[in-house]
Amino acid sequence: MLGGQLISVLRREIVEEGDEKGVNSMGIRFVLLVNKQGQTRLAQYYAEHLTLDERRALEGEIVRKCLARTEQQCSFVEHRNYKIVYRRYASLFFLVGVDNDENELAILEFIHLFVETMDRHFGNVCELDIMFHLEKAHFMLEEMVMNGCIVETSKSNILAPIQLMEKAS
Amino acid sequence: MNPFSSGTRLRDMIKAIRACKTAAEERAVVRKECAAIRSSISENDQDYSHRNIAKLMFIHMLGYPTHFGQMECLKLIASAGFPEKRIGYLGLMLLLDERQEVLMLVTNSLKQDLGHTNQYIVGLALCALGNICSAEMARDLAPEVERLLLTRDPNIKKKAALCSIRIIRKVPDLAENFSSPATSLLKEKHHGVLIAGVQLCTDLCKVSEDASNHLRKNCTEGLVRILKDICNSPYAPEYDIAGITDPFLHIRVLRLLRMLGHGDADTSEYINDILAQVASKTESNKNAGNAILYECVETIMGIEATSGLRVLAINILGRFLSNRDNNIRYVALNMLMKAISVDSQAVQRHRTTILECVKDSDASIRKRALELVFLLVNDTNAKPLTKELIDYLEVSDQDFKGDLTSKICSIIEKFSQEKKWYIDQMVKVLSLAGNYVKDNVWHALIVAISNAPDLQGYSVRSLYKAFQLSSEQVSLVQVTIWCIGEYGEMLVNNVGVLQVEEPMTVTESDAVDVLESCLTHHSTDITTQSMCLIALLKLSSRFPPSSGRVKEIITTHIGSVVLELQQRAIEFNSIIQRHQNIKSSLVERMPVLDESTFISKRAGSSQANISTEKSNQQLPSGASLKLSNGVAKPAASPLVDLLDLSLDDTPVPTSTSNDFLHDLLDVGLTNSSSSASGTDILMDLLSIGTPVQSNTTPENGSSIKGFNDILPIAKPNTATVQVVDLLDGLASNGSHPGAQSPVHPSITAYQSSTLKITFSFTKQPDKPQVTQIHATFMNLSSEAYTDFIFQAAVPKFIQLHLDPANSNHLPASGNGRITQTFTITNTQHGQKPLAMRIRIAYKVSNQERLEQGQINNFPPGL
Repeated sequence: MLGGQLISVLRREIVEEGDEKGVNSMGIRFVLLVNKQGQTRLAQYYAEHLTLDERRALEGEIVRKCLARTEQQCSFVEHRNYKIVYRRYASLFFLVGVDNDENELAILEFIHLFVETMDRHFGNVCELDIMFHLEKAHFMLEEMVMNGCIVETSKSNILAPIQLMEKAS
Repeated sequence: MNPFSSGTRLRDMIKAIRACKTAAEERAVVRKECAAIRSSISENDQDYSHRNIAKLMFIHMLGYPTHFGQMECLKLIASAGFPEKRIGYLGLMLLLDERQEVLMLVTNSLKQDLGHTNQYIVGLALCALGNICSAEMARDLAPEVERLLLTRDPNIKKKAALCSIRIIRKVPDLAENFSSPATSLLKEKHHGVLIAGVQLCTDLCKVSEDASNHLRKNCTEGLVRILKDICNSPYAPEYDIAGITDPFLHIRVLRLLRMLGHGDADTSEYINDILAQVASKTESNKNAGNAILYECVETIMGIEATSGLRVLAINILGRFLSNRDNNIRYVALNMLMKAISVDSQAVQRHRTTILECVKDSDASIRKRALELVFLLVNDTNAKPLTKELIDYLEVSDQDFKGDLTSKICSIIEKFSQEKKWYIDQMVKVLSLAGNYVKDNVWHALIVAISNAPDLQGYSVRSLYKAFQLSSEQVSLVQVTIWCIGEYGEMLVNNVGVLQVEEPMTVTESDAVDVLESCLTHHSTDITTQSMCLIALLKLSSRFPPSSGRVKEIITTHIGSVVLELQQRAIEFNSIIQRHQNIKSSLVERMPVLDESTFISKRAGSSQANISTEKSNQQLPSGASLKLSNGVAKPAASPLVDLLDLSLDDTPVPTSTSNDFLHDLLDVGLTNSSSSASGTDILMDLLSIGTPVQSNTTPENGSSIKGFNDILPIAKPNTATVQVVDLLDGLASNGSHPGAQSPVHPSITAYQSSTLKITFSFTKQPDKPQVTQIHATFMNLSSEAYTDFIFQAAVPKFIQLHLDPANSNHLPASGNGRITQTFTITNTQHGQKPLAMRIRIAYKVSNQERLEQGQINNFPPGL
């Protein structure tokens, strides 16, 4: 009986360890859209177990750090155990939190792809488009990223389900 | 109908929130909306649930609690229509995470949707599962996902692949089921499937050795082909980014190849060519191209690449490093850190450029560069690099100084070959950024100075000079004060002048000036002030002509509102006034601080978990120790902790970083425990060798030795001492049974909330070193203890013999006692105090408990 117990304990440990490893190599940990005033316009976390307060605190810290930087400075900021890759489009900041071993340049390219995709759908996307069509922005992001991994990079493939739904309604 | 339930439109709510001018207004709007949504939910209002979830998503994004909408999401998921399901799943992913119990309820809906005929609904379910599934759900639904991996539809396939990643991360046992479908994904043409498949393979490699061997054998060829195809593919508008086809796929494939080639010569050789092709052919004028080059370089560094390929990679990094774009420079620095273990010579070539990056205006680049420089330092370049960094310290940003200082200090400590260089550099750092230096760093400096008799004069003089220029750097001030207190006469008399030194004249009153100015300066903290007082006391003995002035300064603090300072001032004042004849020996120079002990303590405190072997290594040779157990039981690993008792003469108190302060004696005060440690020092100074009740904790064995000699001289004096005198302990010596008398008071050796142990002592008059101890154990909790075992360990100079206890059952609430007798023989009786570590094991309602502690409060003279 004791043996059985021990095995189940061991297995649980292995699973938890696996979980840890998984979290450490997630790739993208969160995607944030923030305007110039620091207000969140879109937030999507992947496997981050944060309470509301922790989330608010984290977003506040990151936004303060990134918004204070000048155009000439590089687009990467290290914060806590994340690396934040950010890019500014007019009044909107796109912030992507990644693991330390993620390819930062590729994430920059990913942000641009996300913006281009929204551009194609909304036509010259602006902050208000995202605010009033938050769910669509999420649908697009959902088609592009799953569980922190990039899943699709073709704009027409990303937009296909949304367009289909719009046609239907 | 409820007036709230009709609700505003989503658009209107967003507008209302946007119109809010203050956070309070926004909270009010959100509160009202949430109330409306709650009542709409409780009325089961189907028409609005779609809109409610959309609103809740927005409210959630703003950072307000939305848990009451979770069930609504589940309802929407269970409904038939696609738009409802769509928003329901989205809400599920945003408002819930895997920790919530509610999630279990969705397993069934997910299972149904995974089997749905509509590919979009299957896609939704896969996406939700991939984002939030828990280990239980992963086990339940893994077969469905496996099945979907083999469907035709590329959109389902790619999502099933990513969903599998989540599943094998949650339940690594399932990895083997996925390795062959993952392999087949790599044969697809659809980029989405490829990128998802490659990522699945990467994760399989991480969780399972078998899978990675399988993939190495079966996939390497396919991956190389994929890479070749996309490298050479003609313009593909859908995937084109800046003239490069799908850089994301490039990067994922390169990453997987790195994992497969890592430590495997055959695979590495096989992929050499394609890596060379990617590294040389990819355009580097756009970000996308650089991203690929960056990944490619990392892969070359990660596998067993040929030297030619490595040169190519290092050259790319060199190009990156000289790029004007800060992003590129940042990744170059990042990469060089990884390259340093592969080819440190090549990285060293870029040293000047990297050093320039430390001074960059961009904080991210500075941080990376500093870390890299730290890795670059070796014995040959330590001196010039340290000089560069210290020069920069002067002009660096305030918020960068902390990082920079700590790195410089570690470099100095790690690479100092000569003491003078070390002291010089530390003085420089302390005077430039003393406020950022951590305590243990300047403690180390003091230890070093104390161990370098021929440099003490030089040190105190250079500290004095540095202090004149930058008296606002706390740690510089503290080290200066300590050194002036200890080596004040070397400062004044120019003892041990080195050839390089410029001659300087410092008078006694100059030295006292320094201390006085520190003591009275408005920004000085209590620790520094206390150190000043001790230094002053020492100077009053070192410089007899100035002692009048010192006394005056000390007297001004007798009325200090800070207890610690007042106490010290009063004590020191009475030493100066009444005990002139012992003063000079009281304030003798500190014994040389043991460097190796300090280093091992520091190492111990910096690493929270010292492995068993490590703590054994820390023991000085021959420091083995007699370990007696009440029962015959091999020394379990916790007992190893007991061993460090024999590390040195002093019973080592538990928290190491503070202890060092105690060792220094002068600095025996931290803010957290000021009054406590203050008293201990008082005890040390004044009551050594005297049985002043039981609580005396001798903190510094070596100082005790010194003071023992003093006592006989002190005794005659006590006759004149007033009753209020702090040296009362000495006065009572006559009446109190002293060392001759074999009677010792009982002590409470250990007390926790659950257990109390008292020791009483008997001694045979003819054998002073042998003590018999009767231990009494009392249970303070309300539950009885069974299998009660007491174990003890002592330093090697003590011998311990434990007799069996009278019982191993201890009734609750003090209703019974266990007694156990043991005999200890202190082979260094009269020189070293007793000390003991104890460990008590017992069972409470069959649960094992363990308590341990250290006993330092043995009455003196045992």
